[in-house]
Amino acid sequence: MALDRWVAVVFLTICCAYGYTAFFLMDQAVPPFMQRNPVWPSSFPKILAVAGAALALAVIVGSKDSAPKDGEIDYRRLHEYKLGQALALVGLMVLYAFGLHEIGFIAATILFLTVGGALLGERRWHVLVPVSATATMVIWYLVQEVLGIFLRPFPGFL
Amino acid sequence: MLDPILAALQVVLQPHILMMVVGGCLIGTLIGMLPGLGPMSIIAIMIPIAISIGDPSAALILLAAVYYGAIFGGSTSSILINAPGVASTVATSFDGFPLARRGEAGKALTVAAIASFCGGTIGAVLLMILAPMLASVALLFHSAEYFAMMVVGLSAIAAFAGTGQVAKALMMTVLGLMIATVGQGALFNATRFTGGILELQSGIGFITLAMAMFALPEALYLVLDPKRSKRGEGGGSSEITGLRITRAEARRIAPVIGRQSIQGFLIGVLPGAGATIASFLGYAVERNIAKGADQAEFGKGSLKGLAAPEAANNAACTGSFVPLLTLGIPGSGTTAILLGALIALNVTPGPRLMTDQPDIFWGVIISMYIGNVVLLVLNLPLIPYIAKLLAVPRTYLIPFILFFTLMGAYIGQNNTTELLLLVGLGVMATILRFADYPLAPLLIGFILGPMLENNFARAMQLYGGPGFILERPMTLGLLVFALVLIVLPSWRARRARLRKAGVADGD
Repeated sequence: MALDRWVAVVFLTICCAYGYTAFFLMDQAVPPFMQRNPVWPSSFPKILAVAGAALALAVIVGSKDSAPKDGEIDYRRLHEYKLGQALALVGLMVLYAFGLHEIGFIAATILFLTVGGALLGERRWHVLVPVSATATMVIWYLVQEVLGIFLRPFPGFL
Repeated sequence: MLDPILAALQVVLQPHILMMVVGGCLIGTLIGMLPGLGPMSIIAIMIPIAISIGDPSAALILLAAVYYGAIFGGSTSSILINAPGVASTVATSFDGFPLARRGEAGKALTVAAIASFCGGTIGAVLLMILAPMLASVALLFHSAEYFAMMVVGLSAIAAFAGTGQVAKALMMTVLGLMIATVGQGALFNATRFTGGILELQSGIGFITLAMAMFALPEALYLVLDPKRSKRGEGGGSSEITGLRITRAEARRIAPVIGRQSIQGFLIGVLPGAGATIASFLGYAVERNIAKGADQAEFGKGSLKGLAAPEAANNAACTGSFVPLLTLGIPGSGTTAILLGALIALNVTPGPRLMTDQPDIFWGVIISMYIGNVVLLVLNLPLIPYIAKLLAVPRTYLIPFILFFTLMGAYIGQNNTTELLLLVGLGVMATILRFADYPLAPLLIGFILGPMLENNFARAMQLYGGPGFILERPMTLGLLVFALVLIVLPSWRARRARLRKAGVADGD
């Protein structure tokens, strides 16, 4: 089965859960004085759930396997692409999200830019590290001083 | 009408606003030239900066300048290295790159810049005439018509976004609408679909979603497929000389530019059909109109073939501001992002914008004239230097793109959950892109979702039920039109398929 149908199946499941919540769980919370209203908080979601499920079924039934478009990535041959690098960078972003809180903006960002460049194959450390450090300082200064948004620069314990 | 225009002129001609136009155009051109980064990602990355400016007209002017700068930058990389940074400049490379290979890169850039300038300027004039007219009609709209109008907009976007796969595009629209219902809505003050997660109480941030839908997948695509960020067939970054064009050449391309500016603008006004469709259609139309040797030259370095898509895509960019400014309904992914930014700045675009906040309305339009002049006068001579940026190695480029994406989401919300949400949604969006689902309908659905629901609820309350659909002829007409928009493409595709199989009866 092609990927687009799998996506539709997942979406159909989401619609079912969403619809179940809208049809059976939400209306109990409606206060009595609102119950004579023609619209409830659940009205619009109910329509969406039904429409979404119908569309998902239409895609599951009607979708045809198509050759990948020119210039697009063919997911059937994903292993031929730089999948490892992409996954590593996604992981690095997650680490950055936690690191930003733990070790502060400056250290986290220098590490992110350096490790990111290294993951992509840069080995000239004497260029990579100064570029990352300078860019981090410039950006921190711009965000902090020019835009006036506070970013904690140092680790929390300092 | 003259007073608000003069007032807006005063706003725009302030030094700091002019700086924004110049800066926005430069940033847009710079990033738009990098292959693989489209205007949507650039604008998404710029939004936190624009919002922190605080002044809505300045912010919108900055974002608009970035937008047309990006389109211009996209043409530059199309011409120089045959690597369109933006979908709407693909048609530019048909004739632009052959010209550059012939050693006439300078001339090609000039033609592109002049065509863009004329397209943008003619578009701005038309916008100035058309927008107030449309806004006065839109003032007659009630919530029922607004609801129907948004349904038309969403259907049109789905119908155009996925040719031959309307169901997929509609599915994405519904997904966007569903995501919009997460959190505490304005309606009834009820918290919905948060699954008990406290961070979802306020809903999913629009910047986070925009970044996750466009910037992150594009960056991941660049990682996965290094060819995307490589220069095309090379030869381009050599000396760019001879920016001048002759009088005879100017005379040949003038009618093309005139025609395509108007056609492009009209296409841009339609929801769903944006600069990309305008540029391809403009190219095709001009090739059909041309005769003999002129026509044979198309694809081999024809100046007309270069001028047509350039005029059309810039005029269409301007045209796409018409539904945004007058109805508050975005016709494309880019204008949807602009709408999100406006809402974040407490501005509600719609027919009242022109009367209530004329400085924003006219300021944007006037900034377009200035932006076009900036692109022509400032950017064109700088192009040979900016082109050097195309040589930035991807080992530096990609981590920076990812970093700016993360920062965009972080600055807005200041919490770790937002970043994790961004990464998660970004991976999801990448998978959706693998499966060939269009992502713009999702974002537009998300942005229009709350307005759609509010207007729907208001109409339901006024009429005590769904009766408003039948009682208001205009609502009914618009909804029928939306249905036709959805059904027609699939019906025609089905008929073509049947005819191919030899089953259909002849007509």
